[in-house]
Amino acid sequence: MGRFILRRLAGLVLTMLAAAILIFLLLEVLPGDPAATMLGVSATPETVAALRVELGLDRPALARFLSWIAGLFTGDLGISYTYRVPVGGLIAERIAVTLPLATMALILAAAIGVTLGTFAASRASGPMDAAIMALSQLGLAIPNFWFGILFVLLFSVTLGWFPSGGFPGWQADPANAFRALVLPAFALALPQSAVLARMTRTSMLETLGEDFIRTARAKGLNRAQVLRRHALRNALIPVITILGLQFSFLLAGTIIVENVFALPGLGRLLVQAVGGHDLILIKSLVLLFVGMVIVVSTVVDLAYGLIDPRLRVSG
Amino acid sequence: MKAGVLVKVLLAGIGVLAATGAMAQGKDSAVICQTLEPPILDPSGGAAAAIREVTYGNIFEGLVALDQNSKIVPALAERWDVSADGLKYTFHLRRNARFHDDTPMTSADVKFSFERALAPDSKNAQKWIFLPIGAIATPSPDIVEITLKQFASDFLYGLAWGDAVVFSEKSIAKAATEPVGTGPYRFKNWNRGDRLTLERFDGWWGAKPALASVSFRFIADPQAQVAALLAGDCDAHTNIGAQEAVPQLKADPKLVVTIGRTEGETIVAMNNAKPPLNDVRVRRALAMAVDRKLVNEGAVSGFGTPIGSHFSPNHPDYVDLTGETPFDPAKAKALLAEAGFPNGFSLTLRLPPPSYARRGGEIVAAMLAEIGVKASIEPLEWPQWLERVFRNKDFDLTIVSHVEPMDLNIYTRDNYYFGYKSEAFNAAFQKSKSARSDAERKAAFEAAQRQIAKDQVNLFLFMLPKVTVAKKGLSGLWQNAPLPATPLAEVRWQ
Repeated sequence: MGRFILRRLAGLVLTMLAAAILIFLLLEVLPGDPAATMLGVSATPETVAALRVELGLDRPALARFLSWIAGLFTGDLGISYTYRVPVGGLIAERIAVTLPLATMALILAAAIGVTLGTFAASRASGPMDAAIMALSQLGLAIPNFWFGILFVLLFSVTLGWFPSGGFPGWQADPANAFRALVLPAFALALPQSAVLARMTRTSMLETLGEDFIRTARAKGLNRAQVLRRHALRNALIPVITILGLQFSFLLAGTIIVENVFALPGLGRLLVQAVGGHDLILIKSLVLLFVGMVIVVSTVVDLAYGLIDPRLRVSG
Repeated sequence: MKAGVLVKVLLAGIGVLAATGAMAQGKDSAVICQTLEPPILDPSGGAAAAIREVTYGNIFEGLVALDQNSKIVPALAERWDVSADGLKYTFHLRRNARFHDDTPMTSADVKFSFERALAPDSKNAQKWIFLPIGAIATPSPDIVEITLKQFASDFLYGLAWGDAVVFSEKSIAKAATEPVGTGPYRFKNWNRGDRLTLERFDGWWGAKPALASVSFRFIADPQAQVAALLAGDCDAHTNIGAQEAVPQLKADPKLVVTIGRTEGETIVAMNNAKPPLNDVRVRRALAMAVDRKLVNEGAVSGFGTPIGSHFSPNHPDYVDLTGETPFDPAKAKALLAEAGFPNGFSLTLRLPPPSYARRGGEIVAAMLAEIGVKASIEPLEWPQWLERVFRNKDFDLTIVSHVEPMDLNIYTRDNYYFGYKSEAFNAAFQKSKSARSDAERKAAFEAAQRQIAKDQVNLFLFMLPKVTVAKKGLSGLWQNAPLPATPLAEVRWQ
């Protein structure tokens, strides 16, 4: 098991390095100049040149790449071109919004999806099953930002229960900070829960057809007990795989949903950084997104190893 | 089933959260929403309009200021004298002006700020304001004497811009993130990505502002702006992006909508240096093929003010030239044929992100297609627009709003992106700079406006509107924007 983990970790580091090189090269060839973007259309070329020197943009690309990579290890990611504050601090502020949001959404998606999927499988081919499957079809078809807009219209504008957007900050107002994340988390979770509901139903139906279920029933357990103790536990294995894969969709979803709800998260920061051509911020942010996805899929890989010993050898 | 329990828990949670909901807004504070967040707060370190929208007249002040009708009014200088030859300005500073760190504002601070703007390593986006300055003398703490190298009729006007505010040497290093100015409001905190809060500065020289605390909230998405207004989360939005929502917002009895003007001349810029657009007949043909009124309707819901040249209708020397190139597709076709393009031609239309450009671009392209000119639309982000269109002049047509006030000087610049060169225009413009009387200046400005209309340098569309939406009872917000600014000193609840 130790060697298995080591091999996975080495793969993780190499993937990150490849991603870092790719991100840097892509941003180098992208047309645009951070200094010119900041100073607008009236600035003289000398003023733009002066700002380029101050930002360190006149240094050769290789030197900038190496100091960025070195910074990744020391934690000093440089100063944002547009915000003039350390990149590390900017990202840390925003993780405090995006990570809780993505986690809430993941939990909600799992809770709603697994519950509905199990329920539908236990009533297979009945009217409730048909209704849940129709609902999940709808959930798959509606994108998360559209859910966001609908939620704002219903729960903020009409009912006034939740703020329409914004984020008061965890320290300043923890209760309202949590409230601010409820609608976006639901908007993110619903399309994902639709996927999970369908997965759970299919997997449950398969498991319910297995011999050990019949054995469990035969030894006298009632339907609910069989469902919970035997069927669900076995049916969840493919569902957990999907859940891991969905994490990257959730992260991508935050970029859009954070804009709909004006939340100061990583996704909105990325949009603002692209708009301002803040290269130094973009590359660290993109690498962070890459890193999160890679870490989650590594964790899922390791989890397989725990569940299925055969994979430790072949993987 | 466990599901029932889970649903109950969730519902209960929502109920508790809802109960802690909307808290009444105190009457001595306000939440002002705007579209873009300033990247930094130092107006001498970046061109973003959002920097000025937060700081101008609130955190920072200059010697003079503009009121919302473009009139120059005293700010840190309570009065000033100009020598007969117009070369020497003597500013008498307010003795009771103080910085937010409680140090007095003196002539030394003015000298420091202006010399910093003039320095070779200056990052000031509007350095032209300071270029006429020859020497700055400080005979006493409350007198600044500025001697100009050459006469500039717009010198005082430039000093009213957000780029010419007064800093203190002591706090300049942190101006980008923790600004210290002399204005009625001081910086309190900034929750980046969400809101920035200012609090009243009791040491201000002017009459005490009504609001003790003001938060600026930044909401970029046009739909989210409308939702925030309807939900009551914003007390005002200074210029909404979804102009098509105006009827819906007007129907809300709690809100008041006012339509004002900015200084943004919105134009279809043409690459005058590149064939076939280097032929004035072709440029005029394109102009006659486009129905300004319809573009105005489609791009900004008809709230723009049509223009026929690159000059603001807010200015007293404005001439209405919208009739010079009337909408006439038949004549446009004839002009194209005369220029050697009876079957039209193809070109690119590169569009920056704002909705006026993206929406206007589609309408303009459809109208050009009517006379056989096929414009292929290419949307760009701002940094790419600046690089490709503005710097490398790699474009045929683009749509952009020139938001700087009084920016006629761009037509005199060699190497400017639209590639215009005219001795006649330069002469007229120089005359306006050296004009000593109002009549002389008016004549020069008129000649300049007519020249670029006659040469049809660009296709002049409309002035960008400013659509302010505020809660009933909130008064004192600027209706027009002669500068990007939201001064708060006069804002109050009634």
